Amino acid sequence: MKTRSSNRRDFLKSGAGVGGALLVGADSGNAAPNPQSAQPDAAQPAPDDPTKVPGVPARPYGERSRFERILRTPSPQGTSSGTPLQDLTGIITPSSLHFERHHAGVPDIDPRRHRLLIHGMVDRPLILTMDELKRFPSVSRIYFMECSGNGYRRKGGRTVQEAHGLVSCAEWTGVALSLLLSEAGVQQGAGWIVAEGSDAAKMTRSIPLTKAMNDVLVAYGQNGEALRPEQGYPVRLFVPGWEGNICVKWLRRIKVVDQPYMTREETSKYTDLMPDGKARQFTFEMDPKSLITFPSGGQKLPGPGFYEISGLAWSGRGAIRRVEVSVDGGRIWQDARLQSPVLPIAFTRFRFGWKWDGAEVVLQSRCTDEHGDVQPVLEDLVRARGENWGYHFNPIQGWKVSADGSVQNALA
Amino acid sequence: MRSPESLSLALVAAALGLSLPAQSTTYGLGRAPKPGEIEMWDIAISPDGKELPRGSGTAIEGGKVYAANCAACHGKTGTEGPNDVLVGGQGSLNTKKPVKTIGSYWPYATTVWDYINRSMPYNKPGSLSADEVYAVTAHLLFLNGIIRKDELMNAKTLPQVKMPNRNGFIADPRPDWNIGGSSRR
Repeated sequence: MKTRSSNRRDFLKSGAGVGGALLVGADSGNAAPNPQSAQPDAAQPAPDDPTKVPGVPARPYGERSRFERILRTPSPQGTSSGTPLQDLTGIITPSSLHFERHHAGVPDIDPRRHRLLIHGMVDRPLILTMDELKRFPSVSRIYFMECSGNGYRRKGGRTVQEAHGLVSCAEWTGVALSLLLSEAGVQQGAGWIVAEGSDAAKMTRSIPLTKAMNDVLVAYGQNGEALRPEQGYPVRLFVPGWEGNICVKWLRRIKVVDQPYMTREETSKYTDLMPDGKARQFTFEMDPKSLITFPSGGQKLPGPGFYEISGLAWSGRGAIRRVEVSVDGGRIWQDARLQSPVLPIAFTRFRFGWKWDGAEVVLQSRCTDEHGDVQPVLEDLVRARGENWGYHFNPIQGWKVSADGSVQNALA
Repeated sequence: MRSPESLSLALVAAALGLSLPAQSTTYGLGRAPKPGEIEMWDIAISPDGKELPRGSGTAIEGGKVYAANCAACHGKTGTEGPNDVLVGGQGSLNTKKPVKTIGSYWPYATTVWDYINRSMPYNKPGSLSADEVYAVTAHLLFLNGIIRKDELMNAKTLPQVKMPNRNGFIADPRPDWNIGGSSRR
């Protein structure tokens, strides 16, 4: 831990040096008050030959090319937005495209005034400022996060984004919750924590102490910079592998308690009815799931020939061990190539070379995680759970490629 | 979960004959809350209701609070929407069209109080007094046929309300599917 924290300090120091040099350059080379305005607007044509005209000067905060247009798709009520997974490469979701879900909008929080209270069944209740929190030894981890309503039963969707866009993967940096809880001194008899947000919903969930003391992060960083506001700025809980809702954002309070508090989000919502009328509760882990992101719904293949089928697989219970692809509607399954790194509780990118003969086909992927759990077909889940459930929806997703090359959702 | 630094610090302190305070933290960051500070923040209500504040209300007052603050989104009688249906649905959970409401689905009356107090009304969360939250909670329990119209809800009576679906929740056994016999359970 000592080595890691001193590395971080060195990194910060050298980062400041580079930033300073860039600023000097910008000052001497560009008198415009807003360097962003140096970027031509989207309607203007690009130069015929970019090697014949000087480009724009350095900018203080990067923007993508004006020709890149992929976007999240906010829901009509504005309570969520899906990641355009079909248009992304690799395993990391850019922060600006990470899916969002909130229950009363994204709050506007001044980090200088934000406080985190740890109390309840502890020896030493503790109030931390953001500056104090960041002084604790920290870790960075690459994890996926999936809303447990992702793909919610019978929701349908034309594209990967519409059908399954509430999952993303990022590098999260923060302090181990176990460290903060040890600092406060958890008392005998404690079994759960209650985590509460500082948004207008004051979103609250109960989490078993065993998980809280295992791998949960009190996260302040996302993909190398501060969390985005919609991801919980300035600080959120990150509960690896568990449903997104439990990763309470805008975290202001952790109370150590003896029982789950049965909040609205763990009783009325995020529970699943079985055929007998009983509801499954505290379904925490996200099950193994995979998606072909290319070719996928809404895309069009220009004609027969070679294509690299590519997609993503993940499991809330660990690493992905295997992904198989079927190009004949599920009769024959062949191993896809897993691209390294293959990290536990993170997106794993898979690839599979395919020559399309131009006939109608259904493409599917099926993953297996390190425990041997295999992604099911929808019929398996209906057999186990009936028709009235919807959360934690992970069946094999098929995409139908028609003879004209258009691709449709075969599960909707 | 003590770090190597803190262990060595303790050893050095012991060797020097210093005594570290028993209540000290390893990193010495943050501060203890001031008197009254925790109480201000401590709004989550457990099923046994021990955090419920003073105050009280019945459905008689609650009907007025509901009409003024809730009916626009949840309907005049809690059944019309457009947002979540709050009333009815009892006996529907094992049918093809389950209706999940406070009366048919919510296992604890304390959750109703907690949720209204923390999140509602949507456009003005935190604007209702404790009396108003007790009253509107009573109104919703009354509309669902769970308590009488004149039954007083307070920190003592609310946790004792027996919700119809109190025993309706079970643990999750997944992975619960079995594909080619390869499921591990």
